Amino acid sequence: MASGIKDKVVILGMGCSKFGERWDASPADLMSEAFEECLADAGIEKSQIEMAWFGAGIDAFNVGSSAMPLSIALRLPNIPVTKVENMCATGTEAFRGAVYAVASGACDIALALGVEKLKDVGYGGLPQRTRGVENDMFWPNLSAPGAFAQLASGYRAKHGIDKGDLKRAMAHVSVKSHANGAKNPKAHLQREITEEQAMNAPYIAEPIGLFDCCGVSDGAACAIVCTPEIAKALSKADLVSVKALQLAASNGEEATYNTWDGSYLKTTRVAAQRAYDEAGIKNPRDEISMTEVHDCFSITELVTMEDLQLSDEGQAVRDILNGDFDADGRIPCQIDGGLKCFGHPIGASGMRMIYENYLQFHGRAGDRQLSDPRIALNHNLGGFPHQNICSISIIGRYE
Amino acid sequence: MFGITAYGTYIPKTRLLKSAIADANDWFDASLRGLAKGERSVCNWDEDTITMGVEASQDCLSALGQGAAVNSLCLASTTLPFLDRQNSVVISQALNLADNIRTMDVAASQRAATSALISLLEGNTSAAGHSLLVASEHRRSKCGSRSEMLWGDGAAAVAVGNEGVIAEYLGSASYVTDFVDHYRGEDSTMDYEWEERWIRDEGYMKAVPTAVNRVLEANGVKAADVAHFVLATDQARTPPAVAKKLGINADAVVDNHIQSLGVTGVAHPVMLLTKVLESAKPGQLILVAGFGQGTDAVLFRATDTIADKRPASGFSGALERGRQDGNYNRFLSFNNLVDREIGKRGELDKQSYLAAMYRRKDLLTGFIGGKCRDCQTVQIPKDRYCVNPECGHLDSQDDYPMSALKGHVKTWTADRLTFDWNPPAYFGLVEFEGGGRLMMDFTEVEPGTMDTGVEVSVHFRIRQFDNQRGFRKYFWKATPVQK
Repeated sequence: MASGIKDKVVILGMGCSKFGERWDASPADLMSEAFEECLADAGIEKSQIEMAWFGAGIDAFNVGSSAMPLSIALRLPNIPVTKVENMCATGTEAFRGAVYAVASGACDIALALGVEKLKDVGYGGLPQRTRGVENDMFWPNLSAPGAFAQLASGYRAKHGIDKGDLKRAMAHVSVKSHANGAKNPKAHLQREITEEQAMNAPYIAEPIGLFDCCGVSDGAACAIVCTPEIAKALSKADLVSVKALQLAASNGEEATYNTWDGSYLKTTRVAAQRAYDEAGIKNPRDEISMTEVHDCFSITELVTMEDLQLSDEGQAVRDILNGDFDADGRIPCQIDGGLKCFGHPIGASGMRMIYENYLQFHGRAGDRQLSDPRIALNHNLGGFPHQNICSISIIGRYE
Repeated sequence: MFGITAYGTYIPKTRLLKSAIADANDWFDASLRGLAKGERSVCNWDEDTITMGVEASQDCLSALGQGAAVNSLCLASTTLPFLDRQNSVVISQALNLADNIRTMDVAASQRAATSALISLLEGNTSAAGHSLLVASEHRRSKCGSRSEMLWGDGAAAVAVGNEGVIAEYLGSASYVTDFVDHYRGEDSTMDYEWEERWIRDEGYMKAVPTAVNRVLEANGVKAADVAHFVLATDQARTPPAVAKKLGINADAVVDNHIQSLGVTGVAHPVMLLTKVLESAKPGQLILVAGFGQGTDAVLFRATDTIADKRPASGFSGALERGRQDGNYNRFLSFNNLVDREIGKRGELDKQSYLAAMYRRKDLLTGFIGGKCRDCQTVQIPKDRYCVNPECGHLDSQDDYPMSALKGHVKTWTADRLTFDWNPPAYFGLVEFEGGGRLMMDFTEVEPGTMDTGVEVSVHFRIRQFDNQRGFRKYFWKATPVQK
C-alpha cells in the first residue's frame, strides 16, 4: 500500500501578489510579483528550480494556454513546465504537481505558481463562458452564485432550518471573513462589514446576496518545494511540510443518480476523509489549528464545516453563530480573509490558501497571527455543488 | 366513417392587458383606447410556433391515449421559425413520433390550416392510424398597431382518421381569389395591411359566402341547420354579418375571443374548432371557414362519441390557465420590438454545433433518457456506463422517454447574475418520478412559489437564440404544475 505524501516534501519558500483589481498589472506582472517574494524567501537562485507547474483557469481569463506564459514571464531556463487546470481547484493542482515531482525523486526543487487575471475581461463576477459544445445545449445558464445558492435550498429542506436563521449564519460567515481581511494588507477587500449589511444586500441568486459572494480579483501566488533533506542542507529552520494532498472528482452521481440531497459536497467528504487518513489525523476538531476553505459563497463555507467534520451534521448554523470559526474561535476559518476578501483569481486561490498557512506557521501573519498553529487544512473547490472537483491539502509543521 | 378523432389546444400562459398597450401608445393613436378591453395571449420569450405546436399536439395526443398510431404530421403557420429546416419534423421528434411518418409544413396564407386540413381529410381515408394537423402562430405586429391590440399567440391541433371519429367529415369547398387584404414579403417580418372596411365588404362578405354556399349545396345542408359557424377574423362584427347573409343562425356564430385571447392567425380557425368540439352535441353540424386569398369551408357532423374523448387541457383549459401581465415593455422585448440592453453576459456566442446537436437529438428534442436493464436505474442524459455505483454496467441502458414524467424540485435558485430574457433565471435539480434527475432550466415560475418539493412537468422550449446566425436551439424546461 502506498505510504502517502506525508512529510516527504517541505515548502522552501512562498510568495503572493497583492490581490485586487490590478488594472495596472498584466498576468506576467502578477507572476513576477509573487515569484520574486517566493524566490527571496526560499533563498535560492532561479537556476536551481528544476521543474515547474503552472495553474491558470481558462484561456478566456486572459493568461493564455500551455506552459509558455509562466516560462516566458519568469524567463525560466527552458525547464519542464506543466500547465494544469481543474476549474477553481486549479491552484492546488499546480501545487500537487510540484510536490509529487519532488516526492517521486524526479527533481529536488520544483516551483508551483497559480495566477489569474480576471479583471481585464470586463465582467463583474466571473465571466460568462461556454461549458462545452454538448453541455451548452442543455445545461442551464447557471452563474456560479446560481449554482451554489441551491445548496441553501437543499440544506434547508434536509435540516428544516428557517430561511432567516440560515441567512443570518451566512451573514456571520461573511462578517467574520471581512473582519479578518481587514487585517490583511494583501487582501482585495480590507474593510469590515456588519451583519445588517450582509443580510440586507440585494439578491444575486436567492438566497445569496451581494455580501454572500466572494470578490473577483487579479492575483498570483507561488511556492517552491523540495525534500526535507535539501531544506535542511540549505540551513532552513522551522520547516513546513505537506501532510496530505487529496482530490476527489464528481463522477456524475450527484447530478444524475437520485441519492445526493443537494445539501452538501460529496467530493469534499470523500477528499477530507482521505486527507485525514493520509495525514494520520484521527480527530480533526482537536488536531486542526486553522482552515482555509473555498468560501466562494457563504453557504459553501457553511456546509463545508460539516463536510470537513468540523461541525456535526445540521449544526453548522449553530456553530457558526456561536463563533466557533471566528478568529478567536475553536478552529479559525479564513484567518486571512478567504476568497471573500481576497477575491478568487481562479488559478491562484488554492496557492493563496497555502501561503497563509505558511505565514502562520512562521509567525509572519502580522495582526492576524494565531498562537501556535500546528496543522492547517485547505479546501479548494472547482465546479458546482452537483458536479465538481474538491482538492484538500493539509500542511503542518515538520517535526 | 372518416373525420376528426381528437383535438388539443395550447395558449401561452401570459395574457397582456390591452389597457397596457393603450397606456403606452394612445398618445400617438387615440383610437387604440377603444380597443383596449380585456387581454391577449403572448408567447413567453422561450415560446414560438414550434414549441406551441408541440404543446397543442401533446394535448391532442392525450385524448388518443398511449400508443396511438400517428402516420403523418402537418404544421400550418405563417410564422415558422425556420424557412429551410422542416419545422414539423422538430415537432414530430419532440413528440417522439415514429421516423416513418409523413411530415409537411404548410404556410403563406391565413388559410393555411384549413387548406392543410382539407388535404388530410381528402387524403387516404382508409389508412390506419391518425393524421395530425397542428396550426400554430406566434404573431408579429408593430408597436402600437391595431394588430398588436387584436391578435394573440396560440396553437391548436386536430387528429383525423377513421377510428374513433368524434366529428365526421362531410365535405369541403374552396373559393380562390388573389385578394390581398394584407401581405408579408420575403424580407419582412411584419404584415402590410389594407383598409378594414374594404376587407370586410369585398373580402369576407363575398368570399366566405361563396365557399360556404358551395359546401352546403354539395352536401344538401341548409344554412339554418349549422349549429356552429367558425369564421376566424379580427373584425368582431364581421362573422355575424356573414352569418346573416348566409342564413346561419346568429347563435351559431362562434366568438373569436378577441378580448380574452386575440386572433391567433393561421391557428385561429383550428383553435375555434377545438372550442366547438368541447361543447358540440351529437348530430350537430360544424362549419369552419378559413379566410385568406379566398375561403376554405369545411363541414363536420358531431358523432355520438363527441363527448367521450376529452384532451387534458382543451380550449377552455388553455384559456383558463392565463396569468395577466401589465408589463408592455416586457412584451416589446420578447418580440424584439425594442433594442434592449442585455448586458455583457448576454453577449456570449451561442453557436449551435450541428453535428453534436444531431448526435444528441434524442436528449435535446425527445427528452429521452436511459433505463438500465440490469438495475432499472433511470438516468438522463443516457450515457455509456450506468450511474448506479452498485451497477456501473456498460451499454446497459435502453431508451427511456421522460417528457411525460412529473418531477419534483430538489434544489433551486432564482439567479439575477446570469443572462436571461426574463430574469431572474430559475433553475435547479429536478428529480423525476420513477428515477432520474437533471439540473435544468425552469420557465414560467411565479415569484414566491418556488420551493423544494414543488411538482413540475417538462415542456419543450427555446433554450437560446443565436441571433448572429439566425438559429435557435430548443430543450426541455421544468414548470410548476398548476393545481
